[in-house]
Amino acid sequence: MATVSMEKINKVYENGFHAVKDMSLDIADGEFMVLVGPSGCGKTTALRMVAGLEDITSGILRIGGKEANDESPKERDIAMVFQNYALYPHMTVAENIGFALKLRHLPKDQRNAKVNEAAEILGLTDWLDRKPGQLSGGQRQRVAMGRAIVREPSVFLMDEPLSNLDAKLRVQMRAEVARIQRRIGVSTIYVTHDQVEAMTMGDRVTVMRDGTLQQVDTPQHLYDNPDNVFVAAFIGSPAQNLYDATVGEGARSVKLGSQTVMLPDTVALKRPALPAFAGKDVVVGMRPEHLHAASPETTGPKLVGDVELVEALGSELVVHFTIDAHRVIAEGALDKDEASLMQSGEGVARVEAKTPVKPGDKMTFSVDVEDMQFFDTQTGLAIRA
Amino acid sequence: MRNRKRTGWHRVINGVNISAFFVVLFVGLPLYWLIASSFKTPANLGDSPPQWFPNPVTTANYRDAFGPEDFGIYFRNSLIVTLVATALVLIVGTMAGYALGRLPMRGKFTLMVTLLIISVFPAIAVVAPLYLLLRDLGWLNSYQGLILVYTAFNLPFAIWILRNYMLGIPKEMEETGRIDGAGPLRTLWTIILPMALPGIFTAGIFCFTACWTEFLFSLTFNSQNNYRTIPVGIAEFGTVFTVPYGTIFAASVVAVVPIGILVFIFRKFVISGLTSGAVKG
Repeated sequence: MATVSMEKINKVYENGFHAVKDMSLDIADGEFMVLVGPSGCGKTTALRMVAGLEDITSGILRIGGKEANDESPKERDIAMVFQNYALYPHMTVAENIGFALKLRHLPKDQRNAKVNEAAEILGLTDWLDRKPGQLSGGQRQRVAMGRAIVREPSVFLMDEPLSNLDAKLRVQMRAEVARIQRRIGVSTIYVTHDQVEAMTMGDRVTVMRDGTLQQVDTPQHLYDNPDNVFVAAFIGSPAQNLYDATVGEGARSVKLGSQTVMLPDTVALKRPALPAFAGKDVVVGMRPEHLHAASPETTGPKLVGDVELVEALGSELVVHFTIDAHRVIAEGALDKDEASLMQSGEGVARVEAKTPVKPGDKMTFSVDVEDMQFFDTQTGLAIRA
Repeated sequence: MRNRKRTGWHRVINGVNISAFFVVLFVGLPLYWLIASSFKTPANLGDSPPQWFPNPVTTANYRDAFGPEDFGIYFRNSLIVTLVATALVLIVGTMAGYALGRLPMRGKFTLMVTLLIISVFPAIAVVAPLYLLLRDLGWLNSYQGLILVYTAFNLPFAIWILRNYMLGIPKEMEETGRIDGAGPLRTLWTIILPMALPGIFTAGIFCFTACWTEFLFSLTFNSQNNYRTIPVGIAEFGTVFTVPYGTIFAASVVAVVPIGILVFIFRKFVISGLTSGAVKG
């Protein structure tokens, strides 16, 4: 077990592409750190630099307090699980898991004991004599995990290890991987583009974009207090509703298109920087669960939208609506298809399952304005203190 | 029941199967003719209409091939030259294919194109200079002369096959080897080579067949009876006045056997890739 520390790490490829820019990150002993971001954001490159599969252009990498920039992957004492598993097809499951131990000249009985132990943790005992070709996707994934844990490395590196599994199995393995990590307590860096994996698995989550680190925090804090528009848009499913808006006098209201949402004083009190934006354009963020179906008796801030589509999930309704404000799409936070399908002014609300609503309705939402998020239109940074 | 039967027949008599039947007929009939004729007596060989089945069956042709004619010597020569050349081609070709397919190096493309040009070079164009070269080396009528030429001529194609095969092996296989603590040679030997086996067998069979059936170089460089290979040996059967067709047929059948065995043994490796299961898919 060991800490991992990255200090101003850069990666510039021969063709001049700057994949990782000034990345500084500390991972505590035993911590499960998730690197998340859209494809091409540099998260895999960062992981490969920690693994020693990619040279570090500048900056210092320390593993267990010791500088590791020039160490070979073997010397770094890390184990890595690849997206495509990279199992040795001509070896049995047992040989695959035990290969690294064999290279270390561990006596055969000790090797077998360790392989059996790993197989037991992963439920692979009955498949030890099979070859990877005879296994299902989930089993192959577990063999890849087994190959990593049997070595008892100081750091685990995982590069989108679940992305090749089907949706149901992925949910199962998500819990499984997190459980195994807690059980053996090895510091782990886990790369994914799936923000649900990031939220559910990590002790802390690092959000990256275009090679730059955006924010490092616990999943909940990241969700509630994103540092900028990109993180706000990227974390959360369905994605946060982000609109161009204008702040009213003394930050007592905010104007979204033709509608004005009144804000109690507490909003400005909690965000002392907000009143200074009076009369200026900002980006307002509202999580889908912070919009509720308003009854005629409801008092407080409201927003009216035209319902376009209602998705019944059983436990709740996901209501897609539009308002006449401009919807902000943070570049890179949504994939291209999502972004192109999004209509101007489109928003999403998660409401009570029994709410009587159908497409074409005009629906009034009550807004949890205390949870609203405000961002500077110019810089994209959160407006707080 | 009747309905199901008809469906079954439909499956057998469809376009693909009919064309496959004609292809097999086209390829198989000459082979059958060769085998059948090798068991005919000289008198029956020229029958009109021709005999479909040899009657009477005789093995005299085979006895003649290995007896009065020196087919045994030719067979031994062919085996030595072909096996050594194939082994050399595979050893050098695998390493070259690995380097060209996996390692970062400059001028790869130029090298591959050059190899391609060499591999389609007509043999007849170089036979004269090669003759002079081998004569000066004193390697005419030797094994090493023919082995050298065969290796050189088959290497480019083998490198192409092996390089393409190596390209198909995911780079994560090497990376995972590095992380597991395997050095470059260990990685090549225990991880890459086993995965490249189908490619190696394919290249091996192509090379073996090419050397085994080669005529021009063998005829030119190894004219003495002691160093003759099968194709030249068979062509020189007989005397000025007679052509012993039966013996030629028998020798040809024996010559085909090693290639048949080789393809039969390794067909599984060649057809199905060993890489299945390495990565998702």
